[in-house]
Amino acid sequence: MASALTLACPVPLAPKDRILLGHGSGGKLSAALVNDLFLPLFRNPVLDCLEDQATLSVPGSRLAFTTDSFVVKPLFFRGGDIGSLAVHGTVNDLAMGGAEPLFLSAGFILEEGFEMEKLRRITESMAAAARDAGVLIVTGDTKVVERGGADGIFINTAGIGRVREGLSLSAANARPGDRILVSGTLGDHGITILAEREGIGFDSDLRSDSAALHRLTADMLAASTQIRCMRDPTRGGLASSLNEIAARSGVGMALNEESILIRDEVRGACEMLGLDPLYVANEGKLVAIVAPEDADAVLQAMLRNPLGRNASIAGTVTSTNPGYVTIRTSFGTSRIVDMLSGDQLPRIC
Amino acid sequence: MRFVDEYRDPVLAEKLVADIRRRVTRPWVIMEICGGQTHTLMRYGIDELLPAQVELAHGPGCPVCVTPLEIIDKAVEIAARPGVIFVSYGDMLRVPGSRTDLFQVKAEGGDVRIAYSPMEAVAIARRNPDRAVVFFAVGFETTAPANAMAVWQAKLEGLRNFSLLVSHVLVPPAIRLLLDSPLNRVQGFIAPGHVCAVMGYTEYEELAARYRIPFVVGGFEPLDLLEAIRMLVIQLEEGRADVENQYVRSVTRAGNVPARNRTLDVFEVADRKWRGIGEIADSGYRLRPEFAAFDAEKVFGVSATHADEPPECIAAQVLQGLRKPVDCPMFGNRCTPECPMGAPMVSSEGACAAYHRYRHFHTEVAA
Repeated sequence: MASALTLACPVPLAPKDRILLGHGSGGKLSAALVNDLFLPLFRNPVLDCLEDQATLSVPGSRLAFTTDSFVVKPLFFRGGDIGSLAVHGTVNDLAMGGAEPLFLSAGFILEEGFEMEKLRRITESMAAAARDAGVLIVTGDTKVVERGGADGIFINTAGIGRVREGLSLSAANARPGDRILVSGTLGDHGITILAEREGIGFDSDLRSDSAALHRLTADMLAASTQIRCMRDPTRGGLASSLNEIAARSGVGMALNEESILIRDEVRGACEMLGLDPLYVANEGKLVAIVAPEDADAVLQAMLRNPLGRNASIAGTVTSTNPGYVTIRTSFGTSRIVDMLSGDQLPRIC
Repeated sequence: MRFVDEYRDPVLAEKLVADIRRRVTRPWVIMEICGGQTHTLMRYGIDELLPAQVELAHGPGCPVCVTPLEIIDKAVEIAARPGVIFVSYGDMLRVPGSRTDLFQVKAEGGDVRIAYSPMEAVAIARRNPDRAVVFFAVGFETTAPANAMAVWQAKLEGLRNFSLLVSHVLVPPAIRLLLDSPLNRVQGFIAPGHVCAVMGYTEYEELAARYRIPFVVGGFEPLDLLEAIRMLVIQLEEGRADVENQYVRSVTRAGNVPARNRTLDVFEVADRKWRGIGEIADSGYRLRPEFAAFDAEKVFGVSATHADEPPECIAAQVLQGLRKPVDCPMFGNRCTPECPMGAPMVSSEGACAAYHRYRHFHTEVAA
């Protein structure tokens, strides 16, 4: 159609000639970066599985391997700091593959002038988190860049864990009829960070949910062999994790708004700032896709673990609307929960 | 959660819907003016609950959507200059101008910051006396008092490095334009609650009397909107054309007089161009001559440019409630929130974006 050729998109999504903040949001721009740049150039059968961790078969055992970088601001927040987060995040990426986390690496990029006292506090926090999680930090690296070359401190951790023979969890495994289990309240971490960053004081005990989830996943895997997949909904929140699974499995996801728990403080902050808690980050929550016959057994196992004490069955996998996540509102209507292109933006009014 | 859950009670919603259903005897077209209201209607699927006779048309009240391309281009030009700190509400950053958006400027080294209030920009100006701080003053009557206050405060403090890039628009002139159109289908309006919290609703009484059309000042929660629709249906069925106030917890007939006075201390009414609609006489604010030193367009001497919208875009009809977003041939394929071709797709409050975000597959299933 000739007239179509005269139309130029004012801001095409795909070819951005600079990195935007949205490329780190966990939304569509992040996915485009991975799919259009990294994957084609690094392609191999292990990477192509696109899970939160790679599972490696080496003679005698199956290993899970993952890496994650931490650039959080502020460095210290209620419920944790960049150090504990760097341990929990990587432990959780291993745990979502059903792995037992064993070893971590720790890489520090430090800005010239960064206070030694802060580095000590962060390191102590990392050590304590690793001890509590039962993992060893076995290798590390430190680089210092000139003032202005980094923002205080960046931490990268990589992790190795052991995967039981025969266990295969994947975002491509969800089937119609499966249940969607969520381990607790959503948005606690993201709103804690935002509140501290923006100086919004809450007269409440809201704190980050940052926690290592591998004992919870072990309890769940002991209760059922019918867990299809697990994800920790960090950047981009539950909405982005479920959109990823829906797309990879070619299924629909139907959530029930009333089964999703959100703390009043988080709801209040989201109302004020014009944000949707379904897209807000968590650091100590997981979502699991479980076969219907085992959903209750897995839920009971979650409820018995302190990190899953607010767990619920939040929805069902459907054959209708493949690739879409929908949510049924308390009014009985339903709407799409789309993948965002970048970060959520506060609205004008 | 208190003060929220009360207005989202499904049992009460059902009662309101049942009452609307009972009262309606013939088709009515009702328009909600404000984009925030469109967002709530879509998010809760309220249009799906209503009887088929009640049709909702979505109005032009999304400030992000109606900000003209030329102003976005000026924002981009100013933000890219060295020494400038450009401060904006978050959702203006991804609105495309004719070439690029403010996010791209930020990535290319521009100092572009998100704020929740123009007073934050004043504070930034105070802390950075050697930088020029510009606040992007967009919005309807709702955001005007805060922007006026920021300029007032900056003048009081003698800040010489603070200015506003102004693109303020007013609701009543846009309603007049809609009602003067021979194509108009709208028979009743939900007036914008937050605009009326500032302005009161005497202006709407004049409109109701002149055009013989009912208004109900409505809030933004699901029950607010259902109640407002119910009140409009009652008026329409009874043949009345009054102005009624559903949003009594925020709005009085006189509005917020001190806020309005401060607004008019700083701004004066002027012609404004609306993206997707065109120029409307006396439809916005500009800074008064005595505040020219705070006018970013003058401070930076950005020239008036002319930029054209894509010809296929049906934004003008969508913003006037004549057509639905899904009627557009570009909807969901060539025009998406990531790649918007027209005004109502750019902000989450725009009608096209709200349809796309919450309803998109309905159209795919139909197609």
